[in-house]
Amino acid sequence: MKGQNRLDYRQLGLKAGLEIHQQLDTKTKLFCNCPTRLRNTDESTYEVRRYLHLTESELGEVDRAALEEARRKRLFIYKGYDTTCLIENDEEPPQPLNQEALDVALEVALLLGMTPVDEVHTMRKIVIDGSNTAGFQRTALVASNGKISIPEGDIGIATLCLEEEAAQKVAESINSTTYSLDRLGIPLVEIATMADITTPEQARIVAEHLGMMLRSTGKVKRGIGTIRQDINISIAKGARTEIKGVQTLNLIETIVEREALRQVNLLKIRDELKKRGVKQVEMEIIDVSDVFAATKCKVIKNALKKGGIFAVCLPKFGGLVGQEIQPGRRFGAEFADRAKRFSIGGVFHTDELPGYGITSGEVSALKKRTYATSENCIIFVAGERSKATLSLKVVVERVNMALKGVPEETRRALENGNSAYMRPLPGAARMYPETDVLPVYIPPERLDRIKSALPELLPEQRARYIKEYGLSEEFAGLIARSKRALLFERIVALGISPTLVVRTLEGTTSELSREGVPVQHLADEHFIGVFKLIKAKKIAKEGIPQVLKGLASSPSKSAEKVAAEIGLQAPSKEDIESVIDKVVQSKEGFIRERGLEATKPLMGVVMKQLRGRADGKLINSILKEKITAIMREK
Amino acid sequence: MKVKRVEVEREGITHTGLLMPSRGACIVLKLDSGYNIGLKKDAKTKVTVLKEGVVMPHKKVSSPSPNPALPTISILSTGGTIASKVDYRTGAVTSQFDVEDILGAIPELTEIANFRGKAIYNILSENMRIKYWQKLARAAADEIKKGADGIMVTHGTDTMTYTAAALSFMLKTPVPIVFVGSQRSADRPSSDNVVNAVCAAKVATSDIAEVAVVMHAGMSDDECLIHRGTRVRKMHTSRRDAFQSINAKPIGTVDYKTRKIHTSEEYRKRGEQKLAINDKLEAKCALVKFSPDAEPDVINYYTDKGYKGLVIEGTGLGHVSTEWIPSIKKAVDNGVHVVMMSQCLGGRVCDRVYDTGRDLLKAGVIEGEDMLPEVALVKLMWVLAQTKNSAEVRQLMQTNIAGELSERSKQA
Repeated sequence: MKGQNRLDYRQLGLKAGLEIHQQLDTKTKLFCNCPTRLRNTDESTYEVRRYLHLTESELGEVDRAALEEARRKRLFIYKGYDTTCLIENDEEPPQPLNQEALDVALEVALLLGMTPVDEVHTMRKIVIDGSNTAGFQRTALVASNGKISIPEGDIGIATLCLEEEAAQKVAESINSTTYSLDRLGIPLVEIATMADITTPEQARIVAEHLGMMLRSTGKVKRGIGTIRQDINISIAKGARTEIKGVQTLNLIETIVEREALRQVNLLKIRDELKKRGVKQVEMEIIDVSDVFAATKCKVIKNALKKGGIFAVCLPKFGGLVGQEIQPGRRFGAEFADRAKRFSIGGVFHTDELPGYGITSGEVSALKKRTYATSENCIIFVAGERSKATLSLKVVVERVNMALKGVPEETRRALENGNSAYMRPLPGAARMYPETDVLPVYIPPERLDRIKSALPELLPEQRARYIKEYGLSEEFAGLIARSKRALLFERIVALGISPTLVVRTLEGTTSELSREGVPVQHLADEHFIGVFKLIKAKKIAKEGIPQVLKGLASSPSKSAEKVAAEIGLQAPSKEDIESVIDKVVQSKEGFIRERGLEATKPLMGVVMKQLRGRADGKLINSILKEKITAIMREK
Repeated sequence: MKVKRVEVEREGITHTGLLMPSRGACIVLKLDSGYNIGLKKDAKTKVTVLKEGVVMPHKKVSSPSPNPALPTISILSTGGTIASKVDYRTGAVTSQFDVEDILGAIPELTEIANFRGKAIYNILSENMRIKYWQKLARAAADEIKKGADGIMVTHGTDTMTYTAAALSFMLKTPVPIVFVGSQRSADRPSSDNVVNAVCAAKVATSDIAEVAVVMHAGMSDDECLIHRGTRVRKMHTSRRDAFQSINAKPIGTVDYKTRKIHTSEEYRKRGEQKLAINDKLEAKCALVKFSPDAEPDVINYYTDKGYKGLVIEGTGLGHVSTEWIPSIKKAVDNGVHVVMMSQCLGGRVCDRVYDTGRDLLKAGVIEGEDMLPEVALVKLMWVLAQTKNSAEVRQLMQTNIAGELSERSKQA
């Protein structure tokens, strides 16, 4: 989006708010004792097939026929694992609210300057897409009224909710959706900012800042999919749109820009419709199957076998449906998104035709058949009659919304920064108490305990490491982000070089892990044991990887024992000298030929014989001495 | 429900919402976002009422006009929540007992039959009483007399099988009488209520003129099992497929999607027998479970209290410790009819294999064959209301009356 597309956001009255969903790195799920571990679907051990049954109150905006359709046809298939239980299956009442997760949520709330509620009430939020086996997501409001400060000013934090993660969609067909149950129930915090954001850039900065604060706790999950952003966007004359599932920070700016643009363009279309004098469009479905009797278009050909082709005429809409409202996205896509929910093969409009194998002959036949003029746009769908009727009905509904401007809705972020219609905006009308979970009272002592141990924010921590420990920027950042930051400080306090500690905790462990060493078995005490040996000069720093390797495979042993077993105890100076003497004697010719240049190659030989037991610097100096001595003998 | 809209000021923050009923020390506020929060009620909390409570009018769904081509099912509700409604404004969940409301919640039913209905009572099924079984049996008989082609009884799942057994003995029915409920509450979109109710309605309009329980066959929403009312037991606290037939195969299955019934066992056909009701029951009967080292006092207690019948859930083939035998003999001598069943549930009682068993028989115990202990209790109540003659009681208890007992233990 460059040049001509750049909008004046201030003038447009852009307002945006973020909703950040961050998974927490707790031992167990929010309402059961299953681990919060993701699985591969091929590890699934069982499958459950379900339908969700909804009443009108939950789906007020969908007509009864559509509701019926949804009710009978949509099958949800859930894949379960040996790491999921009857609670994820919705076959057992939930366990009490996970207190570890509540502690993390309170910690985040306090970091964001929020005021926690006195008693946490878990609610059921109706979710109709099958992503929750129960048909609702459990969620609880934990705190409200906070703020964060960024260079551009303060951004209010409205609410923080603790809720369960939904199941992951893994497959979709016309009649069914398959979900994986491993993710369902992982605790997450949902942080909603106020609509204080006024530019796309600011949206990204706020998201980055909140992400940093969350990571500062060291108690949140990391990696792709563990944090998601939803963005609420509106312009002054438009309407609030919620764009869901923005997985990368880089996309935030584009999403905001393109949503503002979409709203601007929808308003332009509204103005044009007004100018053309368009009134309410009537729902009048015409069966136009005969027009396509000899068609070459595959979608239409297939649909003719199962049902037919059905059309509605939009008077005076000619040219508008084909207009781009986002780069590469036409106004017509707004209808198609809605119509597609009814498992319809194809949605076409005359603004984009001829094309898709539909000939200009067919288009004019179609216009003739529907008595349409060039001023009109014809929308037609291919499929079973009942589904076609339902989808055209929502098309007409959407068309009529265009006369008013921008509809409030929930949209799905697309990878290129555009968005597609998902569903109407959910209201408060979807929430009722989760009677299976008792409210949790938060005594002031609990808050005091959390307050007294609030984490340092990452940038501050990094700065401190540079200043206090003399670490490089890279190393300071690395260890500040690490889960082993506290361990790092403990070990440095023993009097060990901070750089060595970072290299060991972050570098050595990941190297060992790549070699297949089970480094997950290494506990804090193991590292401390190793560094105590270093401090006492019982092993050389070159021996660290070997001791860690040994400890990882036998975690019940002490560092000292492991070092002794692999013969790593540092040899005395005499021992080192005798090893070096032998090497020097056997390589005398080589030394005479190369002189001091022989030091480096011989270092390797000596080190190998001493297997990292001795300090490299010491070996080097003895070796040089001996070489010099030999040279002098000459 | 009548609720006030209030403003609660605490720690410099003002929350606005509906004041919800609360049991604890906190004020529970339903915010406009739909969330409930609890705020401590103390001197620092200021509550201002913005609007006094208003009652939301209860919107009635109108009953669809009857389709003369469809059979008529009478729904008798006892308090099990086959349908419920959530008031999202207050968060209150109300159970629905009117036929209109049930059809509103499960519109698919209207494609199967025309419905009429009656709320017999509104209780939790653990509060069920013997006299309620009798009232229900009479209500079912009345509905059949009035021309119902089938009866559906909505019932809480906890004691559903006791009631089903009771109706099995009290009624000879020419039409299906189908018990149905839900294991997962009807207020959740994932409830098993819809699948169970649709399958139950199919059975109620079928030619299976038995008292049956129709509930989920598995964890999935694929099909329901049709259990004979005297052979079924709730075998899980929460799973959808909690109901299982024991010592017998289910009569058949109903496929939810196709609504096809598939039967694999013999059953009594529609119209095969005339309607008859025999609703007398002897309430002074009890079920006693034996466990190692349990004292026989419990038997003496029932004897002294004038009980007329006891079903003992013994171990294995039907045993209690030898210490119990004198107390059991004393009970029998005092006119208490004692039936031995097994805690194994699966299999047949046989007190002729071990000495203890033979001593129990000598003491006058009746072997309950392959009945379920709870069914044996209900049957004993019914039998003792017909006769107190020991030989007759023994004979009736060991004869199949309503499919509760079989002469042959078939290989699975």
